[in-house]
Amino acid sequence: MEDFGLAFATAGALIVGGDAELWQIVLLSLEVTLSATVVATLLAAPLAAVLAIGRFPGRRAIIVMLSGFMGLPPVVVGLVVYLLLSRSGPFGSLGLLFSPTAMVISQTLLVLPLVASLMRQVIEDAWGEYREQLVSLGAGVWRAALTLLWDTRYSLLTAVLAGFGRAAAEVGTVMIVGGNIARYTRVMTTAIALETTKGDLPLALGLGILLIAIIVAINGLAYGVRSFAQRRFR
Amino acid sequence: MNQGIDILPLTLDRVGLAIGGHAILDDVSATIPRGTRTLILGPNGAGKSTLLRICHGLLAPTAGQVRWAAGNGRPRAQAMVFQRPVMLRRSAIANVAYALDLAGVRGDARTTRARAALRRVGLDGIARRSARVLSGGEQQRLALARAWALEPSILFLDEPTASLDPTAARNVEATVQAIHDAGTKIVMTTHNLAMARRFADDILLIHEGRLVEHGSAAAFFARPATPIGRAFIEGELS
Repeated sequence: MEDFGLAFATAGALIVGGDAELWQIVLLSLEVTLSATVVATLLAAPLAAVLAIGRFPGRRAIIVMLSGFMGLPPVVVGLVVYLLLSRSGPFGSLGLLFSPTAMVISQTLLVLPLVASLMRQVIEDAWGEYREQLVSLGAGVWRAALTLLWDTRYSLLTAVLAGFGRAAAEVGTVMIVGGNIARYTRVMTTAIALETTKGDLPLALGLGILLIAIIVAINGLAYGVRSFAQRRFR
Repeated sequence: MNQGIDILPLTLDRVGLAIGGHAILDDVSATIPRGTRTLILGPNGAGKSTLLRICHGLLAPTAGQVRWAAGNGRPRAQAMVFQRPVMLRRSAIANVAYALDLAGVRGDARTTRARAALRRVGLDGIARRSARVLSGGEQQRLALARAWALEPSILFLDEPTASLDPTAARNVEATVQAIHDAGTKIVMTTHNLAMARRFADDILLIHEGRLVEHGSAAAFFARPATPIGRAFIEGELS
């Protein structure tokens, strides 16, 4: 119990004191996760709009598959990306394995189904409400899709933040495709896993506290955005 | 504007709609003339709204044809106002501007026309307010402004006052009258007998998916030709 208290105190000192190793890890984590979230959002938004508005064969199958993949096990995604990027894999010649880029790719794949599914639901609900009015005004499919994306932007942001939260908290994919290389691919979750097994509790705890703070802040932001939009637009 | 001289009359030729073997509309043939205020009457669930949507082109009939005098296809010079107005998440004036943009009106002309439309329905004071926080009556007037800004030859209205309080309903009715006076053909559904008496020039009475009576409102209210027509006038159907 004494060790535990000491670990907390040291963790606090690391955070407040601006420990270089700790902050480097935090910054890389944010960089990787934010990049993955942005890429996943850019792919998910058009996909969600097409699935919400379009009527084409295979649509239902894609929707079912996407929502099934919302809970993909991170280690399996990591394994697949590992196989794709490894020397003998189809993209091996790019030499991306064990790099931050590989981590962005695999986190993107991890959260894409989640973000796209949540967005599709939001857009489809809005389409149910808007469809007759937009058709009456003469909006084609593309114009309708853009209108719905814009009109649901605050709800869509919630989906994006959910994706960010999932990417920030996972350890499986970044461990496998990043390799947890110090000062290169070591991020908060992999560092916590490593430092805990090594017994360096202060660094692990410090990172853990920061990770929780970031995720709580993101969820608070999501809540704030939702209630702002509710007041402003209904 | 011209009370629809270009695209009217609208002819319904044995129009029917069946969904999953269940007939919602059956064998409706009628001519909707230019100039007048045409009311589609009938009790709730009779198929009035379905008929209106088929006329406007939101639904395709499974039997028969909808023919415009202008020829084949769905003319652009038409607009529709729904029972519950659909407001985009933007300001009141932006809702009108959006409709004008879709109609190909751009630049200064769009702003000018959007402002004028809001002024005509008495909403110019709240042009910048978010459309979704307006009251039900204001939203319906905004929906009317949005439709009016398009200067349609024909305006379809689906029970536009049904979910409003009496004051807001009178306001909406006055606006519809103003749109008609400015030269737009009006086609409106209602199950409200009092409104029909005040408003209709000619009527279509729909009952259980079939057209029961069709003709001048004065004649219909004075001497309904069918038992169903009599029952409707005596308030036994709605």
